[in-house]
Amino acid sequence: MPFREGPLGDLKVPLTWTAAVALIVAIVIAVAFLLADRRETLQQQAYGVTRQTVDTVSKPVSGVIAAPGRWTGLGVDFISSYFFTASENRRLKAELKEMRGYRDQYLAEVDKNQSYRTLLGLRTDPPIPMVAARVVSDTRGPFANTRLADAGAEKGVVVGNPVMNERGLVGRVVGVAHGASRVLLLTDIASRTPVMIDRTNARAILTGDGGPNPKLEYLRGVDPIKEGDRVVTSGDGGVVPRGLPVGAAVKGLDGRWRVVLFADDSAIDYVRILLFKDFSQLADQKALLTRSLPPVTTEDPDVSILGPAATAKPQAQTGAATPSAAPAKPAAPTTSTPPPPAAKPATTPAPKPAAPKPTAGQPTGGGI
Amino acid sequence: MGGARPLHPGRWLGVPALFCVLATIAFAAPIRIYGLQLPEPVFAMVPAFAWALIRPSILAPFALLLLGLFLDMFWGGPTGLWGLSLLVAYATALTGRNMMTGQSRPMMWAWFGGVTAVAMAAGFLFSMLDSLAMPSLLAVFWQFLVTALLFPFAHRLIDRFEDADVRFR
Repeated sequence: MPFREGPLGDLKVPLTWTAAVALIVAIVIAVAFLLADRRETLQQQAYGVTRQTVDTVSKPVSGVIAAPGRWTGLGVDFISSYFFTASENRRLKAELKEMRGYRDQYLAEVDKNQSYRTLLGLRTDPPIPMVAARVVSDTRGPFANTRLADAGAEKGVVVGNPVMNERGLVGRVVGVAHGASRVLLLTDIASRTPVMIDRTNARAILTGDGGPNPKLEYLRGVDPIKEGDRVVTSGDGGVVPRGLPVGAAVKGLDGRWRVVLFADDSAIDYVRILLFKDFSQLADQKALLTRSLPPVTTEDPDVSILGPAATAKPQAQTGAATPSAAPAKPAAPTTSTPPPPAAKPATTPAPKPAAPKPTAGQPTGGGI
Repeated sequence: MGGARPLHPGRWLGVPALFCVLATIAFAAPIRIYGLQLPEPVFAMVPAFAWALIRPSILAPFALLLLGLFLDMFWGGPTGLWGLSLLVAYATALTGRNMMTGQSRPMMWAWFGGVTAVAMAAGFLFSMLDSLAMPSLLAVFWQFLVTALLFPFAHRLIDRFEDADVRFR
């Protein structure tokens, strides 16, 4: 039986008031959702099952909707390349001529770099495994800048993985579902990335604000940056590996230093998700475990390791004009030998000073 | 009841909400032509404005809440941000309903722009509180501008359903 034909069918309630009550209830629910949201923590727990489900459903739907756009883009590219072949050929020839010079320089630098590495015994980071993915949806609003990529947990993607395109860093993964992952862009208001200025090594935090050019905050040092400086990731905090290209520094209209992102130079159709978790991943865990450590020996208080001749030496050198080659050690007591303790304590050697103690008349620094 | 059939909620609430969802998904396509991306208007602003003018309703606020939650989930923003912002816009339009009805089209467009500005300001404020950072004013203005251009759809929705329910004539 329909409600209107029932005994309560003639019940009249003021619609405006009931609508107002419904509005207030809905607002309370929305406020509760907003207060319970933990998106800004960017943790796996904050990315709930509902969001994962929405991403899983959105991926095929957005993929189908994006396909005609992608085909149109490819078509436009094809037509453009057909009509502008001659001019493009001229441009490419000029670019190739320039690049030949760079190639020779590059090969020379690689050779020099290899020599330096050998000399220094430098250990470089091993390559980080990565997963290629296609972007199926793209959010560009002021309050959220994210993208949905079509690779998820099944390919080993986890929350926190950095995401790049062929030009530079795009963002990092903040949510993973089966077959899809949500990428928080560097431009999102919740994005904070530790970066450094390549030229000066000055550190800063790249802070998104919903606009196309994120801000550089907490810049330190005297004159640490100038227009056009290359900005790369610093690796501080272990969120992203060090040295990933980010962008070029520019002075914004508001007087703040901002970054023109390299990743924006090309369409972010395809991205690479670096399967990077933290720096412990870069170390060879097996080698670390099997490493033989030096034996732990404690000094016998009865027998000084310096010996009688060694104990006399620092005293003889005290006040000498020429410094000793070895770091000065604390002088052993020479007045009397302390009585042996009843039980041998497990002592650790006294801390040694890092540098020789400067003597009078001796220059202490490298200054003029 | 005779010929005075009440308006089915599916027609004036369900169908426009569905169109908003589809339009939002379509405009999220990662298309870039000559370096330019698609704009990102808030399509849900159209029903938020039109539903308040068509008639006061108990279901409309909850439909808007669901639309807002969808936007937050789909766009990857804080949950509840757009739900709350749309409800603020709806409340503003509902409050000024008596002043708006019967106005000329340009005047209604101005009202729509005003209600959109209120929603964007609310979104700006809630984002600031949630992320403890200030969103770019230029980005907010750009989204406001492209959303304000959606008024013809709101006008059509109001025209279509304003007199559809005989009880509200």
